[in-house]
Amino acid sequence: MIALLLRDLRLAVRAGGGFGLGLAFFLILAVLVPLGVGPESALLARIAPGILWVGALLACLLSLDRILALDYEDGSLDLLATAPIPLEGVVTMKAAAHWITTGLPLTLLAPVLGVLLSLPAPAYGWLVLSLALGTPALSVIGTFGAALTVGLRRGGLLLSLLVLPLYVPTLIFGAEVVRRGADGLSVATPLALLAGITLGAAALLPFASAAAIRINLR
Amino acid sequence: MNNLGCARGGLPLLEGVSLRLGAGAALVLRGPNGCGKTTLLRTLAGLQPPLEGTISAPAEALAYAAHADGLKPTLSVRENLAFWAAVHGQRDIAPALTAMDLRDLATRPAQNLSAGQKRRLGLARLLVTGRPIWLLDEPTVSLDTASVALFGAVVRGHLASGGAVIIATHIDLGLPEAQELDLVPYRAKPRAMPGGFDEAFI
Repeated sequence: MIALLLRDLRLAVRAGGGFGLGLAFFLILAVLVPLGVGPESALLARIAPGILWVGALLACLLSLDRILALDYEDGSLDLLATAPIPLEGVVTMKAAAHWITTGLPLTLLAPVLGVLLSLPAPAYGWLVLSLALGTPALSVIGTFGAALTVGLRRGGLLLSLLVLPLYVPTLIFGAEVVRRGADGLSVATPLALLAGITLGAAALLPFASAAAIRINLR
Repeated sequence: MNNLGCARGGLPLLEGVSLRLGAGAALVLRGPNGCGKTTLLRTLAGLQPPLEGTISAPAEALAYAAHADGLKPTLSVRENLAFWAAVHGQRDIAPALTAMDLRDLATRPAQNLSAGQKRRLGLARLLVTGRPIWLLDEPTVSLDTASVALFGAVVRGHLASGGAVIIATHIDLGLPEAQELDLVPYRAKPRAMPGGFDEAFI
């Protein structure tokens, strides 16, 4: 299973792996929003938590269809399905590789972009913490969506439509953590719910993803 | 495999296929295009459930080689093969590289290989799985005569070491000892699938 994780990471950083795509999108979004809404820092500070979380979510969404579609096209998925690794382990590793190449860099980049959006100082720590807790859920849920649409040609649009509603709870609680952190309120409740979503998704969705792949490979 | 029936795209293709394969035995599947060779092999490999009948070989004993080789274009020949070896819990890929004459290509990215070289790499994967029963779907597509002979020798070596092979192919692999099975008599009569799973809803 570690071999699979290492292979996916290696593929992501080689030519055409799409490693920087999500990051570049996140950067562009954070640069364009202040240009669009104007330089008024009070307004920017109010919307910054939401913008940063929406940006991270959309950046995650960009690379979802690569998780399984490429392996399906070149036949690797058939071979992985007949390999000794359980398919649940395969999808977990795929989600982990997606998080390391997308969610983790987004989490590390977010405070820098927070400066561009004049995010209030007390919120930076909560921003990093909420993204670190919430982006694994985005990867796991996204892998489930990718598993559902794996046999479809150009299934990217359907994948986005399927996955976006599933992302809503993560977005609500993630942005809520940052907003409350910025206002100096208690963040315990949204933080606990966010962690709950991530743990629940990571525990249950690999089974659903593996089942969806098995049906799609028939 | 006993009284096996299988379907493709919700349509029954084959029924009543029964066969037994001992150690060292090779079986060549024959039949016109679309008669169900690939479907039978995919069913045997456990990628789709049989409509009826049973497969008694354990899934851990079967290695499947499809039309697609499962290669990553940006990884080198060695990296591709080492990955599949690691997945199957093996370490040593050197014998497989030598057997399929890939030693000189080991550091080349798979995207720079010719179609025949890719095929050879895909077949070398079988050697690193360490599994006794090979299911080969048209293994010789895009191979030249020399490579076909090379692969024939690999298959014979596998049989000699107690393995078994089921091959769907249209050409002669140079395996005189192989049995042949024509799939045409097993073709399923058109009928509605009982309790079929409708996958066409997506």
